[in-house]
Amino acid sequence: MREPSPGAAALADVEPVPGVAKPDPILIVDHVRRTFGGLVAVDVEHLELPRGAITSLIGPNGAGKTTFFNLMTGFDVADEGAGTFDGHELRKIPAHKVSNYGMVRTFQLTKALTRLTVMENMKLGAREQRGERLLLAPWAPLWQEQEQEIEARAEELLVRFKMDHMRDEMAGTLSGGQRKLLEMARALMVEPIMVMLDEPMAGVNPALTQSLLEHVKDLPHMGMSVLFVEHDMDVVMDISDWVVVMAEGRIIAEGPPEVVARNEEVIDAYIGKGHGDESRFTPVPLGAAAVADTAVREEAPPESDEGAGELASGGPDDGSGGAASDAQEGPS
Amino acid sequence: MDAITAILVSGINSAIGPTAAIYALAALGLNVHYGYTGLLNFGQVGFMLLGAYGMAITVSIYEQPLWVGVLAGFAASIALALALGAPTLRLRADYLAISTIAAAEILRFVFRSAPATPFTGGPFGIPSQVGGSGFTGTWNALNPFPPGRYNLGFLSFTHTRLWTTLVGWALVLLVVALVWALMRSPWGRVLKSIREDEDAARALGKNVFAYKMQALILGGMLGGLSGMLLALGQAAIAPDQFLPQVTFFAYTILIMGGAATVWGPVVGAALFWFLLSSVERGLIITDMMPSGTIGPTRLAFVGLLLVLLMAFRPQGLLGNKQEMMLDA
Repeated sequence: MREPSPGAAALADVEPVPGVAKPDPILIVDHVRRTFGGLVAVDVEHLELPRGAITSLIGPNGAGKTTFFNLMTGFDVADEGAGTFDGHELRKIPAHKVSNYGMVRTFQLTKALTRLTVMENMKLGAREQRGERLLLAPWAPLWQEQEQEIEARAEELLVRFKMDHMRDEMAGTLSGGQRKLLEMARALMVEPIMVMLDEPMAGVNPALTQSLLEHVKDLPHMGMSVLFVEHDMDVVMDISDWVVVMAEGRIIAEGPPEVVARNEEVIDAYIGKGHGDESRFTPVPLGAAAVADTAVREEAPPESDEGAGELASGGPDDGSGGAASDAQEGPS
Repeated sequence: MDAITAILVSGINSAIGPTAAIYALAALGLNVHYGYTGLLNFGQVGFMLLGAYGMAITVSIYEQPLWVGVLAGFAASIALALALGAPTLRLRADYLAISTIAAAEILRFVFRSAPATPFTGGPFGIPSQVGGSGFTGTWNALNPFPPGRYNLGFLSFTHTRLWTTLVGWALVLLVVALVWALMRSPWGRVLKSIREDEDAARALGKNVFAYKMQALILGGMLGGLSGMLLALGQAAIAPDQFLPQVTFFAYTILIMGGAATVWGPVVGAALFWFLLSSVERGLIITDMMPSGTIGPTRLAFVGLLLVLLMAFRPQGLLGNKQEMMLDA
């Protein structure tokens, strides 16, 4: 059983209904709508994300999770509405400014900068570098001291992520899982107050998944809030303090993991009940994957096991496990 | 044996001559654009044209001192970078490529057009009957070498060519030092990260548009500098010197020498002109073909060498193969 996130206690009394207000939210979203032609990709009335806690964003493929990420981080502009991050208005703010406010994202398709070394990747993350100004750049003495501080900090993070032996390797030579680790470590170089992780575990082998999870769990204890998209329900149940469920662009449920897992609407969204066409939504391995990956299960709190079990029993019995593991690898 | 010596001398003469230095400067600019930042500028010759004409018009038509002309040449290059970058740098890379090649050709046609003749000398360039008195007065006055021929071993220079050569390679060394200092700095690291993946740079809080614009301006100014040296070295300019192929020669030089390496454009420029001249001399000496076909044949030969280089050493002479293969 892990130590609960600092922000988790405040969530105990929050009613698990969509759009509920939270004590001291870090990100507040209001009336955000984004359409692509006729398709409403995101249509969120109101959402508040807790500070100092890990929030999972789940939902079937095509629910709008990544679009929501893009809208919040300035990589896409909403047709209307926006959010407020830690007091900063987010409407039409470009991505680099959002990052400088302290909200840093990673990408579903990892973006390791392949022809830079691991160390260069890390150092790039540091903010407000004097040497990044064109007129100061040619004169090394003006930025060397700061560069050394940055390098020391990067070295520390690399040790924590057990990547220090690769510091001078080109990032392009790393494996997929190592790239995910590097991307997360690089995001921490920015010294963010909120980390947005878009499927950090996708395509990573189980051993590395554990290591990645441990790092994510540490983030709230280091003063960061986390929002992450994940398809693996065991992971979600294991590490989240709060779960937000999206389907067809809208928030259909939110609450503590064990409550969300029992929510009828969530189960409907995943298996497509009431739409008469199950192929519209790809089922996700709710309880099914728990059997396959015992390592995660051991870490999971008992309530979440129960919740995951209930979800699984709500799903179709016929071979959902097979279809689910395919879906897990697909983009959302 | 004499034939081989003659071929080598001709090649070396070109490799260390002013033209190689001029192309090295243009390719150094392209290296900042393409090699380090990943900007596809196919109109480097447009920056050269504006540098050359900006300087020449200011000095010969408006009768300003040379240093004002040089500032005007740089200002014109910067203006082109801003005009091209502002609308295209937020878009995908191919928009910049298309706009730059078009802009360079538009500039050439505008500068040779009839309405522009009072300023540009039209197709005849500067100096011309309609243009002013020329722009090399100060340049020649600054030349410390008294008129005459200078022999360095088997090479022979006129005093003007020697002057242009020295200034040209001195500028190349200065620019190499500047590029080296910039690319080892955090600023250079941001450029390289933009080349690799600009969204990742954005996510880490870098203002990608501003950095791309800075790179476009810096590389464009090096193009302008190259054009000014070209104009001063030959004491005249005409619009049809600034054909698109000049840009492609500069790209050939950059790729032969090794993109994203500090010395690549310099080595590439010397090698490119060594090959062009020695092949030409070889074809003349052996008398294998009518003189009219020698020009195209030497280009075909260099093209063939480039193909072989790409097949066996795609990273260029100075590039790092391991790095090249990491293209993800």
